Amino acid sequence: MASPMRIRAASKDGVTEVRVLMSHPMETGQRKNAAGEVIPAHFITELTAKHNDKVVLSAEFGPSVSTNPYLAFKFNGGAKGDKMVVTWVDNKGESRTDEVQIS
Amino acid sequence: MDNQRRDALKAGGGLGVFGLLAAAGLIKPEMAFAAWNKDAFDAKTMDAALAAIGAGKPADSADVQITAPDIAENGAVVPVGVVSNIANTEYVAIMIEKNPAMLAASFTIPAGTLADVQTRVKMGQTSDVFAVVKAGGKFYVAKKEVKVTLGGCGG
Repeated sequence: MASPMRIRAASKDGVTEVRVLMSHPMETGQRKNAAGEVIPAHFITELTAKHNDKVVLSAEFGPSVSTNPYLAFKFNGGAKGDKMVVTWVDNKGESRTDEVQIS
Repeated sequence: MDNQRRDALKAGGGLGVFGLLAAAGLIKPEMAFAAWNKDAFDAKTMDAALAAIGAGKPADSADVQITAPDIAENGAVVPVGVVSNIANTEYVAIMIEKNPAMLAASFTIPAGTLADVQTRVKMGQTSDVFAVVKAGGKFYVAKKEVKVTLGGCGG
């Protein structure tokens, strides 16, 4: 199972800024190992961010996104203590969900 | 030692594990790819990528801003931000022209979320970075060149 995401969600003047740092190899399928064998692609394909069960952002990633992907976005609303849930799914069908409270 | 037999066993063993995982429901490729726009992420040319997301020929717009460094020392981690000042922006895609696959990431932006996203991408070489934005059913595009001094793919 992949390591937890680091999520920061801060509400200020009615706008909530969310920053997510995922832990994922994001292997492109283009690289080769020392023996010259292609390392199979392994990357996050979809990500969904929810604020109190309402989707505030959905994203699709390709292998061009950096290792340990970072994502930041802002949405209107959100108050201190609200629940922020982020879920990702990768091309091998693995997934991870983490949640934080908005501060 | 019979090498062929070994290889056959290895291959069989690998398949067996995959089959077991699939049977146990741990691997669900059809689910993982249900919504993912494979055509767009596989597109090898700008036109194909644009066609795959239904953009056709987007209009240049000064209201779409790309935040990225002029020179990226490390192509493996290039911070890219896109801000759209067009009202009702519902979709943002980041494309990198010279990468093996154009489309790096796309974001669907529901009402109430600001068209302001940042992420980090890999760049194999110096290239134009495009931000494609959909607002009110129309597509707009902006570009910015990022010079890469050390490639991020393979290295």
